[in-house]
Amino acid sequence: MAQHTRKGAQFQAVTANRLNDGIVVYLTAGGRWSESLQEAAVAEGKEAAEALLARAEPAVADNSIVEPYLFEVARDEGGIRAASVREVIRQAGPTVRLDLGKQAELPDVHR
Amino acid sequence: MQLIRNGAFVEPDFPSVADDEALPEGPAIVSLERWQAEREALRARNTPIGVRLKSGQEPSVIADDLDMLAVVALELPIFRNGRAYSYARLLRERYGYKGEVRAVGNVLRDQFHFMIRCGFDALEVADNITPEIWAENVGVFSYSYQPATDGREPVLSLRQRLAQRAAAREAV
Amino acid sequence: MYRYDEFDQQLVNERVKQFSGQVARRLSGELTEDEFKQLRLMNGVYLQLHAYMLRIAVPYGTLSSKQLRMLAHIGRKYDRGYGHFTTRQNLQFNWPALKDVPDILRDLASVEMHCIQTSGNCIRNVTTDQYAGAARDELEDPRIVSEIIRQWSTFHPEFSFLPRKFKIAVSGTPDDRAAIRVHDIGIQIVENDRKEIGYEIFVGGGLGRTPMVGKKISDFVPKEDLLAYLEAILRVYNMYGRRDNIYKARIKILVHEIGADEMRRQVEAEFAEIRKTGALHLPQEEISRIEAYFRAPAYETLPDESTELNKAVLADPGFANWVKSNVAAHKMPGYAIVNISLKPIGGTPGDCSSDQMDAVADIAEKFSFDELRVTHEQNLTLAHVRKKDLHTVYEALKAHDLATANVGLITDQIACPGLDYCALANARSIPIAQRISERFADIERQHDIGELKINTSGCINACGHHHVGHIGILGVDKKGVEYYQVTLGGAADEKTAVGDIVGPAFTEEQIVDAIETIVTTYLGTRKQGERFIDTYRRVGIDPFKESLYATH
Ligand code: HEM
Ligand code: SF4
Repeated sequence: MAQHTRKGAQFQAVTANRLNDGIVVYLTAGGRWSESLQEAAVAEGKEAAEALLARAEPAVADNSIVEPYLFEVARDEGGIRAASVREVIRQAGPTVRLDLGKQAELPDVHR
Repeated sequence: MQLIRNGAFVEPDFPSVADDEALPEGPAIVSLERWQAEREALRARNTPIGVRLKSGQEPSVIADDLDMLAVVALELPIFRNGRAYSYARLLRERYGYKGEVRAVGNVLRDQFHFMIRCGFDALEVADNITPEIWAENVGVFSYSYQPATDGREPVLSLRQRLAQRAAAREAV
Repeated sequence: MYRYDEFDQQLVNERVKQFSGQVARRLSGELTEDEFKQLRLMNGVYLQLHAYMLRIAVPYGTLSSKQLRMLAHIGRKYDRGYGHFTTRQNLQFNWPALKDVPDILRDLASVEMHCIQTSGNCIRNVTTDQYAGAARDELEDPRIVSEIIRQWSTFHPEFSFLPRKFKIAVSGTPDDRAAIRVHDIGIQIVENDRKEIGYEIFVGGGLGRTPMVGKKISDFVPKEDLLAYLEAILRVYNMYGRRDNIYKARIKILVHEIGADEMRRQVEAEFAEIRKTGALHLPQEEISRIEAYFRAPAYETLPDESTELNKAVLADPGFANWVKSNVAAHKMPGYAIVNISLKPIGGTPGDCSSDQMDAVADIAEKFSFDELRVTHEQNLTLAHVRKKDLHTVYEALKAHDLATANVGLITDQIACPGLDYCALANARSIPIAQRISERFADIERQHDIGELKINTSGCINACGHHHVGHIGILGVDKKGVEYYQVTLGGAADEKTAVGDIVGPAFTEEQIVDAIETIVTTYLGTRKQGERFIDTYRRVGIDPFKESLYATH
């Protein structure tokens, strides 16, 4: 699990897996869990990131998601982009099966 | 903490005594170090005594003392440390120990069945364990493939008996 | 093949009930994730990059057609229509929902299958030679002893919380196709001077972060004592294996630290004690009972030559290539062993769609006594096909894109799931294997290169066996970018060796060219008829180093 966290990252978002089916989800500004990275809340700076991660706790406690963590993102014209290869693959799907995963289901994944 | 002995929830006895603590009246469990240091004094009390083995303290170190001990408590510092299962079997099968073998520490319900099979007859368990939970987990598997300490007949010999019975019936 | 009796079935059913209860307790919130994690990890349920992953045991790699059809059904109903065959002869599904796992387990139990001990620190699925029962030089069918070990190790009360996972492999022929020397215990079936069958025992092999080749600790364990001997090894390991550091917890580290001689002494001492009690003595009746399940199928008496086969080889060059690489000699005249490559050019090694599974099941039913094998090189095997049926089988396979003629050749690669699926990965493995496969797609060139095994892992855990590939590729992470380190000279057969690192890692863009450079260097260096691995053993790493790095 080397790649997703980077100390000193400027922008971060929170991701987790849904308990009952394991699907990757992102914490939104409204406190929902969305399947799309584009709906993720983005925190700037270390403190805001820690605060965002803390907001995942109720969903852990009520057993809707598991293993939430912070990861680095960037913003550009296209929207929110995951910084590491690992997180790019998580928000899109396997690079070897473009017919599977979010890349086949959502309009706005990036590579 | 609750104590289950021979399948029954009983009043906890043989409290574990820290090395720098005075011994209480009555039975108690001491560490291996204290047992080795104070063996004669502990025996002179004429009160049943138990010894606690940490993971890494093998039963062979107390093999010669076993007839002086009412309890051997085996520590499970964390559920995934399974050394104590071997220790329990050695105590029973190799050293012929007849006293109580008690599991102390991180004991999970999913382990009851295995522990009983390895010769533990007493388990210290968490407070949320009920007699129903105990019964369901200790009896989770009706058969066993391998011989262990509990003397349960392994599948292999059940099969042989079935085959013999079938052969006998045919012979009639 | 083995069939469950009432005892086997009852135990599997009880396990389904137990695990279903654990899933229900988790979904209702009665169990926390921390508590549940160790329970799901005892039943092959992992949380991966995109979803859960479920690992299904294929004991010693043998499946009936009916079982394979059930796997196809599960893939369709609960997953995305495909599965992944692994280097431990198991099958993994990449997308099952946790809430469906109890239903999947019930479906599996209905065909005598399960996920028991496919993860966790226990004795895992026993693996063996995919040619079991069909190989010419086999002393005894290794599945007999594998089944005996399966039963002994299932829900073993003393060995369910070992320091780390524990893998056992068995080989029944002098040619080792089961990689027994890179397992925690490797069992080689041997015969002594008195023509008695027994077992040569290796311990302490393994891959991962500290690759090691197993050490022989016994030349001959008699049949009736095998379980007592294994119990002795496991007890020594359970008592003395390290528990302070997960990276040093495998038995290979214990054997390395105390030495093979001391290990042998301790095991022999424990063995002598266990033997005294007689409890694990294996009665001949039980051995015979299990033997009966693996009796030879009803072979026909056939001439060894098949005119149908000879004609088809002349008429169909594609078929001729396939026969050359994918068909192996069988012990019975007129029969052959067919290897089905799961490595189509540019495909994902080991992946198989539900439709393909159904097709293979049908072919196995019609042409190979209703049974097939999974190989540790992530292919499938039909063990007993009549030579005269080979062309029909080939055509049937071809219709489902299953007739790639490359077994043992450079495009028959092992690759772990890597960063496309695996939460532990540092880099992707599958795309690397795909690019290499595309580069070397030309069949004439593949045959010219000859036997060459390229194995790729996405991290140091080495699920893709990279240490023992003739060419090994290990994905590493350098500041969020994927790099690939190359090793040369590994082997997983009877001359097992861990490969040597050739030099600094390559980028994703460079790696395929680097492999090509290695191959070209080999072609320019080899003697007539010399395989890559033999050339490497003769000339060493230097020529390869020079050609790889000299111009950089
Ligand atoms: C996708 C989830 C997987 C996870 C989380 C996983 C995890 C691991 C870990 C942690 C190790 C290192 C163990 C050690 O060195 O002590 C390992 C080794 C291994 N795994 Fe996996 N693995 C996965 C998938 C696979 C697959 C798909 C295969 C087969 C293609 C496989 C076959 C092996 C083999 C053969 C080894 C090395 C042999 C050894 O145990 O020394 N694993 N795995
Ligand atoms: S080698 Fe690493 S990346 Fe590949 S499957 Fe194993 S743990 Fe995952």
